Amino acid sequence: MKYLHDIGEYFLMLKKVFGRMTKTSVLRGLIFKEIDDLIISSLGIVIFISFFIGGVVTIQTALNLNNPLIPKSLIAFTARQSIILEFSPTFISIIMAGKVGSNITSSIGTMRVMEQIDALEVMGINSANYLIFPKIIAMLFYPFVIAISMFVGIAGAYAAGVLGGFVAGEQFLNGLQNDFISFHLVYAFIKTFFFAIILATIPAYHGYYMKGGALEVGKASTTAFVWTSVVLILANYLLTQLLLS
Amino acid sequence: MIQVNNLHKSFGEEEILKGINTQFYQGKTNLIIGQSGAGKTVFLKCLLGLFEPTDGTIEYNGQAYSSLDAEKQRDLRQKMGMVFQGSALFDSMTVAENVMFPLRMFTNQKKKVMMDRVDEVLERVDLQPAKAKYPAEISGGMQKRVAIARAIVNKPKYLFCDEPNSGLDPKSAIMIDNLIQEITRENDITTVINTHDMNSVLEIGENIVFLQKGVLAWQGNHTQIFKTENEAVTDFVYSSDLFKKVRDAQLKGL
Repeated sequence: MKYLHDIGEYFLMLKKVFGRMTKTSVLRGLIFKEIDDLIISSLGIVIFISFFIGGVVTIQTALNLNNPLIPKSLIAFTARQSIILEFSPTFISIIMAGKVGSNITSSIGTMRVMEQIDALEVMGINSANYLIFPKIIAMLFYPFVIAISMFVGIAGAYAAGVLGGFVAGEQFLNGLQNDFISFHLVYAFIKTFFFAIILATIPAYHGYYMKGGALEVGKASTTAFVWTSVVLILANYLLTQLLLS
Repeated sequence: MIQVNNLHKSFGEEEILKGINTQFYQGKTNLIIGQSGAGKTVFLKCLLGLFEPTDGTIEYNGQAYSSLDAEKQRDLRQKMGMVFQGSALFDSMTVAENVMFPLRMFTNQKKKVMMDRVDEVLERVDLQPAKAKYPAEISGGMQKRVAIARAIVNKPKYLFCDEPNSGLDPKSAIMIDNLIQEITRENDITTVINTHDMNSVLEIGENIVFLQKGVLAWQGNHTQIFKTENEAVTDFVYSSDLFKKVRDAQLKGL
């Protein structure tokens, strides 16, 4: 019953988020601030992880291709498919559930504990719109982060494969272009769009409705991470089934 | 003036407020006192419109809040200022930005006009030198004064304070009490203060509402509270020896 209550409360929160709007001039500033906090500040870690995971995927694939009949270009093909289809959209999103999600839950949760959300409500401000709407809009830029992750991941794969001596540069580039299906990119970005909404709203829900003090802010961040990851994985399965099967 | 008529508030089966009838007067510091669990915070949140009463009405200058449509309720909310127990300042904003916040949200004034008003209000609470500081960089007493400045910057008709001097040293607490009383008189606003602090009761209690287990047990002012025979009030007010001695001295005319 509690899960049903929470799901209902989540959708009521979303209704409130898109209810009465905050003044446009104020909202504009908040959106830019959230883009900086949630998107720009995440680029460093996303680039770092993507580059090295791209490299690891390439090395592991290369070390498992012992049969001389299998062309080396398959290394690049495998790295490309892994990165575009799954690594960048899904696993980066799970990492972002930890980084962005805990940022959202703890910032909103702390405002709840410190009565700042009550202060907004007393002033007649739609606190859900003021706090959560700018985060949702900022997260619409999340597909750009994933595009960068894909590019850097493939660059990492090239660096590890070619500079590591596992595959020649020309073979790698051939493999990268082999059997490229452009819909796979569309699929990846559709997934990313849904993941962005999940990443913005589930942690926000856990922060907005949290009760208690500082200790509970920490607990809410952990719970938000767990639930965001669970929903991301389920959504990933559902969207893959709908779009690729 | 705020008129409360037969106010009931329940959470599930538990009835917190049990038919309160009272008035809070304009230009006066109205205090709500009572033991923990008496229903003071729930009462204050009902007055603020954060809790919807289960039954009864609250009238603000003759307008019942529940009879207003959503837009008029929002308009009325904008005429309310609130000082929270923990100040509830926005950490990411400076003192001046915190005070300017209601003006940015609800007016279309130019930045210079807003800044002039912020300066005026900060001057009033004696915080001009701290205007560029962040809440974390100032003391608890200063944070309370910033909260008061933010509450009055948009010229409210009603000011609500939830334990405004809790956690402050006695000198700062008296300063906050006096500041609230002066602002109430200067601006002729209806101020309602939820407090435990007996110094506040004796210093600025122009209209005191005593709650006991969700019922209004007594109402009067700081002079009358010394003379009341109401046992619940005397038990609460004179629970410390110091106040017993103050009462005895008052009654003896010392």
